[in-house]
Amino acid sequence: MNFARRTLIGIPYIWLLLLFLVPFGIIFKISLSDYAVSIPPYTPTLDLAQGWAGLRDFLSQLDFENYIWLSEDDLYWKAYLSSVKIACISTLLTLLVGFPVAYGMAKSAPEWRPMLMMLIILPFWTSFLIRVYAWIGILSNEGFLNQFLLWTGVISDPLQIMNTSTAVYIGIVYTYLPFMILPIYATLERLDGSLLEAAIDLGCSRTKAFWLVTVPLSRAGVIAGCFLVFIPALGEIVIPSLLGGSGTLMIGKVLWEEFFSNRDWPVASAVAIILLLLLVVPIMLFQRNQEKAQEAEG
Amino acid sequence: MKQFSWFNATALTLGFAFLYIPMIILVVFSFNDNRLVTVWAGFSTRWYVELFQDEAFLDAAWVTLRVAFSSSTIATVLGTMAAYVMVNGGKFFGRTLFSGMIYAPLVMPEVITGLSLLLLFIAIGLDRGVITIVLAHTTFAMCYVSVVVSSRLVNFDRSLEEAALDLGCTPFQAFKLVTLPLIAPAVISGWLLAFTLSLDDLVIASFTAGPSATTLPMKIWSSVRLGVSPKINALSTILILLVTIGVIAASITSKRSIARALRDEQMADQSA
Repeated sequence: MNFARRTLIGIPYIWLLLLFLVPFGIIFKISLSDYAVSIPPYTPTLDLAQGWAGLRDFLSQLDFENYIWLSEDDLYWKAYLSSVKIACISTLLTLLVGFPVAYGMAKSAPEWRPMLMMLIILPFWTSFLIRVYAWIGILSNEGFLNQFLLWTGVISDPLQIMNTSTAVYIGIVYTYLPFMILPIYATLERLDGSLLEAAIDLGCSRTKAFWLVTVPLSRAGVIAGCFLVFIPALGEIVIPSLLGGSGTLMIGKVLWEEFFSNRDWPVASAVAIILLLLLVVPIMLFQRNQEKAQEAEG
Repeated sequence: MKQFSWFNATALTLGFAFLYIPMIILVVFSFNDNRLVTVWAGFSTRWYVELFQDEAFLDAAWVTLRVAFSSSTIATVLGTMAAYVMVNGGKFFGRTLFSGMIYAPLVMPEVITGLSLLLLFIAIGLDRGVITIVLAHTTFAMCYVSVVVSSRLVNFDRSLEEAALDLGCTPFQAFKLVTLPLIAPAVISGWLLAFTLSLDDLVIASFTAGPSATTLPMKIWSSVRLGVSPKINALSTILILLVTIGVIAASITSKRSIARALRDEQMADQSA
């Protein structure tokens, strides 16, 4: 192994070790320490400078106090469960909105497709915060949606949408829609049209052919899209903070408040560790789905 | 198969209306001569004037640009190196860990990345400010860059590089003269992606910024939490306009350079 190769591998490797892996160790360590009124606001429990004695000290004092506290306070349970629920429902809603759009794109004339692709990608490049902000003006009590509905006479009193879970669902569907559309579109576009024709020749109706041929063949894209929405939605913080009210509990928001408002770093770290454990399963499943899709291609 | 159907047309119209109407409303009402954002009171550009007189916003914009420019540049160098190692690096100790560390930040919730980096900076006693935001942004952006660049490197014909080596180039010269020009479109789009991700980021910047530095998203966040403000509409309009120009320009140049790179590769193949 020569010097140039070692440098090439070494620099990004060390960067990621120091700024990605080591910080995780620190989170884990602090999640085991105790809250203290000091700067930084925790008592370190592992003192590496003391060598073996320090390590023995650490192991004898090792406690999962913060985790026990999390499991006893039902705020955290509720926050975890409601994050999972909100992420599941909004993933489903995004699929319902995204699939027809992806289908329509795949069926459009080929010369239109680059243009449509660009129109899907453009919002993705636009600031996330701004796209969420846009909905405040639409959903609030004096907002455009209520103004419009009052004007058409559908409702006589403004609807309370802002600061409810409905607003959070709308926000998540809106911001993550491109992540759902793009992978589904990618599989639908590659779909062999002659298979559909064969099904129709063999006596299927168009609708039946759609359910028996198109849907199963687009499965890889649908699964990828669902994970791409579900995983970030679970840890979402901006949308519930801006659009949701105090009634919408999400774990990302709890972590943020625990850290910035309560300044309880050990508990915030413990919340982060559990959020990570919650995410490991969907992330592993996603990885396996991607590998399978790649194998099927190659 | 390719016939026009009402279902598809409706799906596309509704889908794109859903994506674009909120942004159109945002842009239109940035020219509203009323402090109440949702009530139209005639055309005015006063919010743009007020925005450009607001020192706090200008400062934040300057910090954001500096952070985005430096972090995306470092991330592009590191990410390209990482991509090269992943695709052409062969076997080395801890390769699985390396690829895990490349992919993990892509799916990591921002709150966790932000919190873990902040705890690191405090543990090593680094003063928080522009530098810590740059370090944080570089770390997650390099992973995006490396994914973009490696997808190009996989399709890259390695025999061209080998030919350069046979003809007496050093490995570095071969990379600079052959590989880099051919993967340049991917490197540029990686840089653009890193730049936008950094411009956009609120959560990781909030954790790692400390009291001395405020980025534009942090400034928007703190003023939006107090309610809608026409000044934010004006700022959003400017940002949307910049992104639109950027995306269109990037797609035109990348289309051209991809075509050129393919042509060069084919010519090299033919003459070989």
